[in-house]
Amino acid sequence: MAVKQENKAKGIISAINGPVIKGKNMTSFKMREMVTVGEQRLIGEVIVLEGDIGTIQVYEETEGLKTGQEITPTGRPLSLKLGPGMLKNMFDGIQRPLEKIQELSPIFIPEGIGLLSIDDKKLWSATLTVKPGDLLLAGSSFGTVQETQVIKNRLLVPPNLSGTVVSVVPDGEYTIEDALVTIRDAKNELHELKMAHEWPVRTPRPNAYRRETLVPLITGQRVIDIFFPIAKGGTAAIPGGFGTGKTMTQHQLAKWSDADIIVYIGCGERGNEMTEVIEDFPKLIDPRSGKSIMERTVLIANTSNMPVAAREASIYTGITIAEYYRDMGYAVAMMADSTSRWAEALREISGRLEEMPAEEGYPAYLPSRIAEFYERAGSIETLGGDDGSITIIGAVSPAGGDFSEPVTENTKRFVNVFLALDKSLAYARHYPAINWLESYSGYIKILSDWYEDNVAPDCITLRNKMLELMYEENKLQEMVMLVGEDVLPDDQRWVLEIAKIIKVGYLQQNAYNKDDTYVPLEKQYAMLKAIEYLYERGREGLKLGIPTSQLKNVDIFSQFIKMKYTIPNDDLSGIETLKDEIDQYYEVLFKKYEN
Amino acid sequence: MKKEYLQIDKVVGPLIQISDVDDVFYGEVVDIVEISTGNIKKGKVIKIEEKNVIIQVFQNTAGLAAGNSIIKFTGEAFNLPMSLDLQGRIFNGIGQPIDNGSDIFSLVEANINGRPINPMSREYPRNFIQTGISSIDTLATLIRGQKLPIFSGNGLPHNELAAQIVRQARLGDNVNEEFGVVFAAIGVKHDDEKFFRKSFDEANVMDRVVMFVNYADDPIAERVTTPRCALTAAEYLAFEKHMHILVVMTDITSYCEALREISSAREEVPSRKGYPGYMYSDLASLYERAGMLKDQVGSITFLPILTMPNDDITHPIPDLTGYITEGQIVLGRDLFQRSIYPPVAILPSLSRLMKDGIGEGFTRGDHAEVANQLFASYSKVQEVRDLSQIIGEEDLSPTDKKYMAFGRAFEAQFLNQGFDEGRNIIESLDLGWQLLSLLPLTELDRLSPENIDKYFPKKA
Ligand SMILES: Nc1ncnc2c1ncn2[C@@H]1O[C@H](COP(=O)(O)OP(=O)(O)OP(=O)(O)O)[C@@H](O)[C@H]1O
Ligand SMILES: [Mg+2]
Repeated sequence: MAVKQENKAKGIISAINGPVIKGKNMTSFKMREMVTVGEQRLIGEVIVLEGDIGTIQVYEETEGLKTGQEITPTGRPLSLKLGPGMLKNMFDGIQRPLEKIQELSPIFIPEGIGLLSIDDKKLWSATLTVKPGDLLLAGSSFGTVQETQVIKNRLLVPPNLSGTVVSVVPDGEYTIEDALVTIRDAKNELHELKMAHEWPVRTPRPNAYRRETLVPLITGQRVIDIFFPIAKGGTAAIPGGFGTGKTMTQHQLAKWSDADIIVYIGCGERGNEMTEVIEDFPKLIDPRSGKSIMERTVLIANTSNMPVAAREASIYTGITIAEYYRDMGYAVAMMADSTSRWAEALREISGRLEEMPAEEGYPAYLPSRIAEFYERAGSIETLGGDDGSITIIGAVSPAGGDFSEPVTENTKRFVNVFLALDKSLAYARHYPAINWLESYSGYIKILSDWYEDNVAPDCITLRNKMLELMYEENKLQEMVMLVGEDVLPDDQRWVLEIAKIIKVGYLQQNAYNKDDTYVPLEKQYAMLKAIEYLYERGREGLKLGIPTSQLKNVDIFSQFIKMKYTIPNDDLSGIETLKDEIDQYYEVLFKKYEN
Repeated sequence: MKKEYLQIDKVVGPLIQISDVDDVFYGEVVDIVEISTGNIKKGKVIKIEEKNVIIQVFQNTAGLAAGNSIIKFTGEAFNLPMSLDLQGRIFNGIGQPIDNGSDIFSLVEANINGRPINPMSREYPRNFIQTGISSIDTLATLIRGQKLPIFSGNGLPHNELAAQIVRQARLGDNVNEEFGVVFAAIGVKHDDEKFFRKSFDEANVMDRVVMFVNYADDPIAERVTTPRCALTAAEYLAFEKHMHILVVMTDITSYCEALREISSAREEVPSRKGYPGYMYSDLASLYERAGMLKDQVGSITFLPILTMPNDDITHPIPDLTGYITEGQIVLGRDLFQRSIYPPVAILPSLSRLMKDGIGEGFTRGDHAEVANQLFASYSKVQEVRDLSQIIGEEDLSPTDKKYMAFGRAFEAQFLNQGFDEGRNIIESLDLGWQLLSLLPLTELDRLSPENIDKYFPKKA
């Protein structure tokens, strides 16, 4: 793919305005072409072409640039090198490994370090699975590399290439740049297949077809798995004001959800949060693989103080990497924290281009960009005939915590799960501060078969019943705030008591507690079932005229509140014991009233 | 030889436009020399369009006109000389001494814009800093290397609180580790600056303080450089000289207003309340300069102070700040009006880094639970207070009455403390238990039986 750069005309910088520059003499440039700018060869991308004037967004600090300096074309769009070596690694917004940048500059990230990508010196042990004469279709696999302890990288024919195998190297140690297989395409041209291939970030990778998503992404978080489940291949948004728990929730999903691959994008957020991931993830053991969760994780970091144009690109870098692993037949989950910062980057660039703003200064194309992004999620059959999926979970940071602003509103249109974080819950330290009245999952219907087959036949009914109880509690609380609790009839007070158990004992889930941080589905179900049992037994008592104060046995209630800590995740016998205690207590109590 | 220009085309607020300019770079510093007096003003290139250049002037642009000044391009970015001699000195918002002392001479120069710290090079902050203030230490613990703003309002005692923290906080681990303070005053009243100077004197740290001061009557454009100069000094002392630096900065609201003014002079499309759309990134370029580095001593702990317009926490200034910083300490007007000092409104306050810096080995094993329980119980107090407003305290249930009593005691004894009073974390935690024991045990669902056994005050 070597482009003879010398022969192509160079542009000349004519204007500089923050991350946006203009150049003259750019007729031979292409829209979305990657370019280098100035003496330091800063990396940029052509975003507008009008006659011989081009506008470029620059992915690095532009301080020091001069008019009259050169703009050099690269002959290709902004692309990623997709190959083994991405897992366990952290990249900036345009896939430059932060570890390599650190070798060049130990503390701060300088400009002008050029285009770095995944390690091209490292030797990987490759197994080739094709032989001369085999027909290789686009997107099919021609070999494997054990990329990390848990993930096998299936070496893929690039989606835009196919042909008959002419030659294959023997199994052995190779770098990502070594030619492993040579194929002859329909036009009789030869192509070399390597471990890595390039793909433009703004073009979705093709797949055979989309299918319906019928399996949940199990996260180990009760409020999500039971109340507002996310389908594998689905989309979810987590909106919330500052400090309400978006990042914590995203981290919890990245740590514990049962995806094969995690792509985590820190988009315009804190440097320390990425450092935390780098420090913590290698120490956490994935309950399924028994290995560190870092083995399946790719990190992208454009922190809030890094150049804003690269923030815009980071989302596409992330989703392209996700698609690459999806195409190997993996279930990928991608977290973007926060999509609002991406939208703001769009706004800033648009402002510098002096485009006509729509709402709150955001460009008119904001909704379509958000839609395009979430549409890259999905369950698909890969070109190679495997099942793959991408689940996208985007955090949204509404200005002033107000969900009626453009990014939240437009996101809501294109996602199916909405996990609304609530400031007042966060203030009361009810974590995760997911408001059960405002949140919803559009996947309940299509996932109910799965829950009924794999958890319990009444799982969804139980969920609906308990959610209704919470809705009722909300109405009752409004009354309580007017007249006090004492005036309510006993059956309503009983609802309040049970709702309190659901809130404190069930919905609250402490991410810092080593057992409660991840809870298997069986326990999630068993806990809720036990709460229902208590609720129903209490209602029998109410029929006998027993007051709530009697029905509420302090010891039993406190056991319910604490069962998430006291009942081990792998031994649920305690829940049966608890039910026995309820029976014993009520038997005696009911006897008193029956007479 | 750099060219000099005489022609100023346009002056708009802090911006000037000149034309027919060659060979300047984006971000280049310019000297603007008034011909009649020889006075030099400084400015910086913020936009280049063909041969037209827009310069943001850091001093007052009044009096600047075509023909009366010479514009010299210096060929330099905005750099400041860095040296240990910065300590004990006072500078204006563009780093020039204003204490009658000599200029700083050093071969080491640093660009005031800094560059982003590579997340790979950061060390995640985990060390507890005891401020001696119960509400902060127990409920919104300050961690070394943290950026933790004080969200205040006009007339609230944020300056006192910051001064008390400077006086009482111990930044370093041991005597070998040097500490220092960098203070940036942005658009502050002379009185406020004097107050801080006096408190640094009283705390006996004046010779360890680097001050950058932009008074309320100083030029607006200089407010944009004041925090950058201060953070550049802080980075030098912390990351090159391995000191533990506490940066106190007031008032971020003045900074943001300056940004807004410049943005409007540039005729940019505004976002909320007229503030520029890039204010988030701009504030981040300040706040993110706090932190610690791997494998080396030295840290920047950052306490910015901002006054919330109309006490409104959803105003863009506190809002965008809260989205970047690692928590916030919020001061409440109602507490202040009831003479509670420091009036820390604990519910909206948060320290995101406290989780790793508290507990066994840092503070005490029960810290997390006590904090959780105090939050939960005090938030219930708010509900009960609302209810008592309607039905009267008399008609509250017995448990709710206990909440009312707990609420009052908590504010009077736990939140309230003297300006000169330092409480260590053990005292604060014990006080927390004492107050929680006003509530029935059945209400204390965030405490584990083990800790209750160990710490719950036994009734005599
Ligand atoms: N599940 C949880 N368990 C325990 N604590 C939690 C949980 N969720 C959130 N928190 C607490 O809330 C704090 C803020 O959470 P987080 O940093 O995720 O907020 P955020 O919504 O990402 O804020 P921002 O928009 O400013 O980034 C955390 O530091 C932690 O103390
Ligand atoms: Mg966050």
